[in-house]
Amino acid sequence: MDSDIQISITDRNDKTHMLEVPSDIGMNLMELCNSSEISKMGICGGIALCGSCQVYIESDHELTDCSNDELSMLDNLMYVKSNSRLACQIKLNNKLNGLKVRIAPDQ
Amino acid sequence: MKIFNTDIAIVGAGPCGLFSVFEAGLLGLKCHLIDSLPVAGGQLSEIYPKKPIYDIPGIPEILAGDLIKNLMLQIAPFNPSFTLGETVIGLSKKEDGKFELETNQNSVIRSKVVAIAGGLGNFEPRKPQIENLIQYENCGVDYIIKDPEKYRNKKVVISGGGDSALDWAIYLTEVANQVTLIHRRTGFRGAPESVSKVMRLVQQKKIDLITNAEVNKLIGNSHLTNIEIKIDNSETISKSLDFFIPLFGLVPKLGPIATWGLNIDKQAIEVNTLDYSTNSKGIFAIGDINTYPGKLKLILCGFHEATLMVQSAYRIIHEGKDPSFKYTTVTGIKGIN
Ligand SMILES: Cc1cc2nc3c(=O)[nH]c(=O)nc-3n(C[C@H](O)[C@H](O)[C@H](O)COP(=O)(O)OP(=O)(O)OC[C@H]3O[C@@H](n4cnc5c(N)ncnc54)[C@H](O)[C@@H]3O)c2cc1C
Ligand code: FES
Repeated sequence: MDSDIQISITDRNDKTHMLEVPSDIGMNLMELCNSSEISKMGICGGIALCGSCQVYIESDHELTDCSNDELSMLDNLMYVKSNSRLACQIKLNNKLNGLKVRIAPDQ
Repeated sequence: MKIFNTDIAIVGAGPCGLFSVFEAGLLGLKCHLIDSLPVAGGQLSEIYPKKPIYDIPGIPEILAGDLIKNLMLQIAPFNPSFTLGETVIGLSKKEDGKFELETNQNSVIRSKVVAIAGGLGNFEPRKPQIENLIQYENCGVDYIIKDPEKYRNKKVVISGGGDSALDWAIYLTEVANQVTLIHRRTGFRGAPESVSKVMRLVQQKKIDLITNAEVNKLIGNSHLTNIEIKIDNSETISKSLDFFIPLFGLVPKLGPIATWGLNIDKQAIEVNTLDYSTNSKGIFAIGDINTYPGKLKLILCGFHEATLMVQSAYRIIHEGKDPSFKYTTVTGIKGIN
């Protein structure tokens, strides 16, 4: 389908999964990781309150800026790098075709 | 060693553990709750106290923190006892048929019935990546402030940039001899009123604020005495102190519950939906910690589970006798002393 995009997710065992996903159903990256059973995350349901969904963005896609809530959660997390983001705050859309992410270590 | 005897020992003082006290109280059963958090409320107190909840029957909207306050009021007539700030590490059955729960701080709770309402698990602190951090736990490093008096006239260094780091830094200026706050970034994103209070205290030299900085080394013998702080990723300074308190929030981990011989599937305890009993007679599991076909991790589902659970608990405690079913409108609330 036209709306499908490819996303690569590297899990905590260093295994890379290539996923083809619809970009027009309002799904976020945390939900994608959960539904594809790559990693169990999302304690807070996706409102930037638990930090269980930290990922590193490894491609140079332009993402929406971090909200204040996301930045304050990142302030509290361990293993934070300059390319850290909360997967629940990244809504999938067709500009993210080819996005590469790596799941951060468990807190 | 502190010893408590009760009818139902409840592991976890989240909403489901709390509501069990009410339903048990209606049947005349006493409860003792244990939680590793220093306050009751589970996820609602630790993760989202200021978020509104919209799906509690009969209450169109309520802040999570207020729901916990109301639950505490609702169960007050039944006089539950609490052991807060302690983690249940052991659960065993004794020869007299009673269970014995043991905490990490040597409290012992004895009861005929155990209800595990452990939610997503025991809340454990996020620990900063400092090499010898664990060596100084309880001898200079604390992750949770249980009793602020411990820090009276002491030199305290707090690290973190969230609300709890800000709020404790503010509070401890009244108690400690010296308060230092270390934050990874320059700006704070906590509640604006806390941020401005901290800034005022910095101006008044009551808080020593070090930003763009991280603690990277702990030094001491049997007790922590000094830390090294790396600023702007280059300069390193040393500081003497009595306590280092990293406050980066808590994360739930299933923890000790996994070692109690219960059937576990994907981090949750399998139960029989008849009464939410586990594979071990006398041990029940309710709320987010249990799993069964169709399980939903919702507060209202946990309340229902708690209600059915105490009926079976009654039968165990009263050796097979059935509880009598009565409406609260008929009986009112008869407290327990
Ligand atoms: C951000 C967010 C929003 C939510 N919104 C809603 C909503 O709108 N509506 C809704 O119905 N639900 C909501 N939920 C889910 C709801 O919070 C949970 O269903 C509920 O908290 C479960 O209650 P509980 O009593 O089972 O467990 P918890 O609230 O998780 O409490 C369990 C307690 O047990 C303690 N514990 C565990 N193991 C041990 C041990 N070994 N020793 C000592 N203590 C231990 C833990 O420290 C914890 O305090 C939300 C959850 C989150 C995170
Ligand atoms: S799911 Fe909780 S922060 Fe993303």
